[in-house]
Order: sequence, then structure tokens, then C-alpha cells
Amino acid sequence: MASVLKAKDILGLEEMEAEDIQFILDTAESMKEVSERQIKKVPTLRGKTMINIFYEPSTRTRTSFEIAGKRLSADVVNISTSASSVVKGETLKDTGRNLMAMKPDILVIRHSAVGAPKILADTLPIPVINAGDGAHEHPTQALLDLFSIREKKGSLKGLKAAIVGDITHSRVARSNIHGMRKMGMEVRIAGPATLLPRHVEQLGVQVYTDVDAAIEGVDIIMMLRIQLERQGQGLFPSLREYSRLFGLNRKRVKRAKADVLIMHPGPMNRGVEISSEVADGPYSIILDQVTNGVAIRMAVLFLLLGGI
Amino acid sequence: MNRRQSAEVLDEQGIDRALTRIAHEIVERNKGAENLVLIGIRSRGVHLARRIASRLKEIEGVEVPVGALDITLYRDDIGEEGFHPALRKTDIPFPVADKAVILMDDVLYTGRTIRAALDGIIDLGRPRMIQLAVLIDRGHRELPIRPDYVGKNLPTSRSEDVQVMLEEEDGKNGVVISKE
Repeated sequence: MASVLKAKDILGLEEMEAEDIQFILDTAESMKEVSERQIKKVPTLRGKTMINIFYEPSTRTRTSFEIAGKRLSADVVNISTSASSVVKGETLKDTGRNLMAMKPDILVIRHSAVGAPKILADTLPIPVINAGDGAHEHPTQALLDLFSIREKKGSLKGLKAAIVGDITHSRVARSNIHGMRKMGMEVRIAGPATLLPRHVEQLGVQVYTDVDAAIEGVDIIMMLRIQLERQGQGLFPSLREYSRLFGLNRKRVKRAKADVLIMHPGPMNRGVEISSEVADGPYSIILDQVTNGVAIRMAVLFLLLGGI
Repeated sequence: MNRRQSAEVLDEQGIDRALTRIAHEIVERNKGAENLVLIGIRSRGVHLARRIASRLKEIEGVEVPVGALDITLYRDDIGEEGFHPALRKTDIPFPVADKAVILMDDVLYTGRTIRAALDGIIDLGRPRMIQLAVLIDRGHRELPIRPDYVGKNLPTSRSEDVQVMLEEEDGKNGVVISKE
């Protein structure tokens, strides 16, 4: 059994071992209990400085990391680059070095360029957490998704999941594919052919362009947000057509197992990829995902700063 | 590689008798078992707390609630050499405010675990008082902490290791001291 995480950073689930994933999920259970107390604070990371540097906009993930750090008594600083030196042309490495000079203990970074967190992780001596890099990985999202599934189903091995939507542009899909496969789940992906990456079956997933067939008999359906901006790029004809062919609604959901879990990383486009009925319905664990996000982020902060 | 010589200093019967005596002492000092709660420090402290609770039920007919406290998040050595971040959940499904808390652990040594436990309990509410019960007190305190109830006082040297084995966790009952 792992007693500490093997790596200094959390950059993605592709290179993470199943043992470490399991350990993070177990740790998050204890962290979830802290969020249920009246005084939602433990002194664990007192005196530690955490810097959130988000080059892409985010409310959900950034707030989740901030709350996670504060519940562990860390000092949290948020940098959103629209109001920073980056606008003046500072390079990533220089930003990293300048921040290091102020002696932070851990860095959380979201960036539109794949590999940006890795650059910082390799140049800085402190732990770095990837909060999303381009379409590459979003490890804490996949970890909270696995945690949410495990919470409802008891265990992960053998479960069938379908991830539906714009897989090509989705870091959430990629991280979940890696994580789910490592934990012994069967993964199906579905979407319009224009939004499915080529050679994706090499990741060990079953590929569908017919979402009805994809969700037949599955335990979990994860809907991805269709980016409205992509409408004008010729990748799909219209939102209405997308919704009709790939959107999840009450009628479609019946093809899955009776105790199916409906998931979505947020934010949702109600009526496009998911109907309000399903999103707010009894099978949806979308809000649990958000609650669990804080617990998972508390767990990774603790494990990266607590291990040697 | 057997680098340890070990000796049993308390057998199963010895543990049982000590716990029975502690239960009686708790009742004596608190003039009954009303308004008491037991909180065991994970993980062996929890098994001991449950055993005390069942004795209190026999003696006084009172059902004393038992909670489990994990002190890992309150430790003073997080991030240092030798710290293992394995968490076990805290599960205290009752309020501690205004109660007399009997905190239970298997071995009292430096006192740092108890210091962490006090912080953990007080974060959950303001108890009327906290009393400490330990199965073994092995000396070498590094903080001004003292037990209210002790199963056995065991003078040890720092190079020795005291291991409490309980059926619930280790398959058998006994206290063993070993020297490296």
C-alpha cells in the first residue's frame, strides 16, 4: 500500500499508478468529513503558501482549489493572468521564478498550452498541480469523478462508463479515460465523428458515433460540454441537431442501467448536451461531483505537501 | 532478520482486568456514566474505547457513545521525515459540547498524539472536560500531558518499542515490549 505519493507533482493520470489513485481516493474520504463539520478547518497546512495561477478563466476549479487550501489552513493566493504581468509579456518560466522568490510551498496552474504545468514542475523545486493544460489533462477533475462514482457504487472495477461529447477538445475526457482504465473500468466514448480524435481506440476505449448504442447498459454516463463557439467551425451543423443526436434526455437515459449515474464536469449547457430533467433528476450526481472536488483537492494538497 | 528480543508484559487477562478497573474508576470519578462520551484515537484506541463502553453498560446500565478520532491532520510533524500521510476517517457522530469526554489511546509516550487529539476534539465543540485514559503509560513525556486513568505503568527506554495487540486488529490480545 502506498504511504506517500511517488511523484513530486500531479500533472496527469496517464503517468499515475493505480495504487496512487486509490490512495488519493481513500484520503479524500477523510477530507470530505472535514467539510461536514461546523468548523470546516484543520490546521494541517498552516503556514504553507499555495499559489493558484490560472491563465485560463475558471470559477469552479479555482474556487474549489481555494476552498480546499483554506480548509487545510493554508494561505491561498489567486493570480488570474488578465490582471498580471503576463499581459505585459512575461514568460512562463520568468513568472515561475519570480513567484518562487516569494517562497510559496505549492503551485496550482491552469494554462491553455499543453505541457505548461510540466515546464514549471521541472524547473521549480516545489510541487505543481495541473488544473488543466489545453486539451491534455485535468487530473483533479478525473480524480473527483472516480471518487464520486466509487462513493455511489462502492467500487470501480468492472463498471461500464460512457463519455459523450466533444472528446477531441476535452482534457476531462482524456484524464478520465486514463483514470478509469487504470481502475479496471470499461470505457466507451461517443460523439460526432468530427469530434472524436483519430486513433483514440489505442487508449483502450470502445468508440461509438451512435450515442444510443454507446449508453446501452452502462453504469455511468458522463456528458461533456459542447463549446458553443465551435458551432461556427463546421464541426457540427447546429446546436439543435447536436442536441437531437447526442444530447442526453429522459427518453435516451432509459437505455442505460436502471441505477445509472449521470455526470457532467460543468458548466452545463442546459437543453444542448443535457436536458434539465436529466441534469436535475434522481440519477444525476453533478452537484456531488462539485462537493467531492473540494475533498479531492484537499487530499492532493495534503499528500503532496505532507509526503517527503 | 530477527533483530528484536521481545517480552510480553501484559497478557489477555491482564488487559481485561486493567480495562475493567479503568471502567470502574471512570464511574467513580464521574459519579456515574451519565453525560459521558468516549473518543478513541485511531485505531487501537477505538477498540479499547468500545471495550470500555461495554463494561460501562454492564456496570451502570448506561449506553455511552463511542467516537473515533483520526489525529493525522493535527500532527506537528507533517512533511517531515517519517511522517506517513495515511488518513483514517474521524467518525464522531454526536456533539461533544458540554460533555465529559473520555479520550482513549493504547500507549502514552511523548504526549504529542494527545496534544493533537485535544486540538481535534476542541475543533468539534467545547467539551465540559476531557479526561485521558490509556492502557499503557511508557514515560518519556515531551509535553506537559498526564493521564487520568492508566492500565499499566511501564518504564521503558527510548530504544525499546511497545506494541499493544488487540484481537479486533491484530488477531490476539497482549502487550509486548521489544528491544532493537
